[in-house]
Amino acid sequence: MRLTFTVNGRKQEADDVWEGESLLYVLRERMGLPGSKNACEQGECGSCTVRLDGVPVCACLVAAGQAQDREVVTVEGLADFAKQRDEGGSASGTSLDEAKRWQSKPGETGTAAQRLAPIQRAFIDAGAVQCGFCTPGLLVAADELLERNASPSDEDIREALSGNLCRCTGYEKILDAVRLAAARSEEAV
Amino acid sequence: MDFLRPASWEEALAAKAEHPTAVPIAGGTDVMVEINFDHRRPEALLDLNRIGELREWEVGEETVRLGACVPYTRIIESLRAELPGLALAAHTVGSPQIRNRGSVGGNLGAASPAGDSHPALLAAGAEVEAVSVRGTRMIPVEEFYTGVKRNCLEADELIRAVHIRKADGPQQFSKVGTRNAMVIAVCAFGVALHPETRTVRTGIGSAAPTPIRATAAEEFLNSALEEAGLWDSGQIIPPAVARQFAELVSGAANPIDDVRGSAAYRRHALGVMARRTLGWTWEEFRGNERSARCA
Ligand SMILES: Cc1cc2nc3c(=O)[nH]c(=O)nc-3n(C[C@H](O)[C@H](O)[C@H](O)COP(=O)(O)OP(=O)(O)OC[C@H]3O[C@@H](n4cnc5c(N)ncnc54)[C@H](O)[C@@H]3O)c2cc1C
Ligand code: FES
Ligand code: FES
Repeated sequence: MRLTFTVNGRKQEADDVWEGESLLYVLRERMGLPGSKNACEQGECGSCTVRLDGVPVCACLVAAGQAQDREVVTVEGLADFAKQRDEGGSASGTSLDEAKRWQSKPGETGTAAQRLAPIQRAFIDAGAVQCGFCTPGLLVAADELLERNASPSDEDIREALSGNLCRCTGYEKILDAVRLAAARSEEAV
Repeated sequence: MDFLRPASWEEALAAKAEHPTAVPIAGGTDVMVEINFDHRRPEALLDLNRIGELREWEVGEETVRLGACVPYTRIIESLRAELPGLALAAHTVGSPQIRNRGSVGGNLGAASPAGDSHPALLAAGAEVEAVSVRGTRMIPVEEFYTGVKRNCLEADELIRAVHIRKADGPQQFSKVGTRNAMVIAVCAFGVALHPETRTVRTGIGSAAPTPIRATAAEEFLNSALEEAGLWDSGQIIPPAVARQFAELVSGAANPIDDVRGSAAYRRHALGVMARRTLGWTWEEFRGNERSARCA
């Protein structure tokens, strides 16, 4: 079947999608967006977390056809998504090409997709990334938490990230990163 | 495989009648796991996400009509007052991502004895609105479960909504698992006080082939409360009565040994949960009575 939907602000189309395929598979294998990770395919790890019409979900548990005509934001589009949210501004979105050329150079130059969302910068600065496998899912989940709740308590952070497993960090630095991003956004206001 | 995407409820019913083997998919948190692991390869998936009315609810005089696809997150946010037991149960489901997609309709469809909605629905009192092109059936939830992961839906039927009695007194839900997030219940217990009818209702999860009520425990407690005039006096429940209630709840269960826990542990844990949750709800009831009297 054919699937038409919006990914990171741009209309995308995929052909010959198998009806039982997951949104995660479409993103990784058909769109060439491997940011969302595949670790368990059963909703347990959260490494495939994306926004579906704004709502954080496990992409591995959404049937591809359920994403028809809907809006998906992945970690590849997070910088642009956060920028639009912070600045109002019109949606430029993140093209597949930009996403594929993305490199982890946290400089200020380059296109929107090459810059970092505040939550991404905070993860780097707080040392919250080790092997990095859990990071994309955590970034999407943490970014959504801060969108809802600009100054979350530790309890709020733990609750919001309880669906994301990390086998490396022991979570402390991840909590630090979310606190850091929250503190920085308060300073900015 | 076919992917059917009805845009309205009528279309969905027609599609289900035409393709009785089509597997409905709501949040997909059960269905997609089975497909990803090749445990299931249905001829067709019937997507319910496009039917807006399934994600709505109506608060009526006596019941809440909860659309089959309302995600747990909405229940927690918006129906805590009307459906406190279900909201507590919903809060223990999976993780935020799972609660954003998973629904009570899906929990009923899957009919796992470990489903967390079930004890809350049994304790509150609920009816499943099952609909096909042939018409509508209102099925009392205790008759809905027919076996391990089996329910009484016909091949052409879909769940439209669940009609759950609005709380008329305190409710509790309690679940035993290895940690707070992301656990399938080792066993679970729900209790609801119904001061209007002077009855107490219960629900047991993960401790029998289907979710069940502990009817003998309910009957014992109902008459003990009545005889001692406790609904009127608001006195504490004598420990011997609470103990007997807990034992009867344990006795109602018919658990198995599995990787999550032994049958003996489940029976024991159920007794503890029954005694504690009864204590909590009764304390809340007494508090409400006292403040009502002072006002
Ligand atoms: C990581 C993880 C953790 C989980 N934790 C818990 C937990 O703690 N507690 C718990 O109870 N469950 C848990 N689950 C299981 C699952 O999330 C729940 O059973 C949920 O309620 C299913 O809802 P859904 O909308 O996703 O159902 P789906 O997966 O879409 O459907 C489930 C079943 O119901 C049928 N169905 C769905 N809607 C209808 C309808 N309207 N009419 C007829 N049939 C229908 C489907 O065909 C299917 O058989 C977990 C799942 C995962 C992946
Ligand atoms: S891959 Fe989706 S939750 Fe693990
Ligand atoms: S950094 Fe390795 S899993 Fe989290």
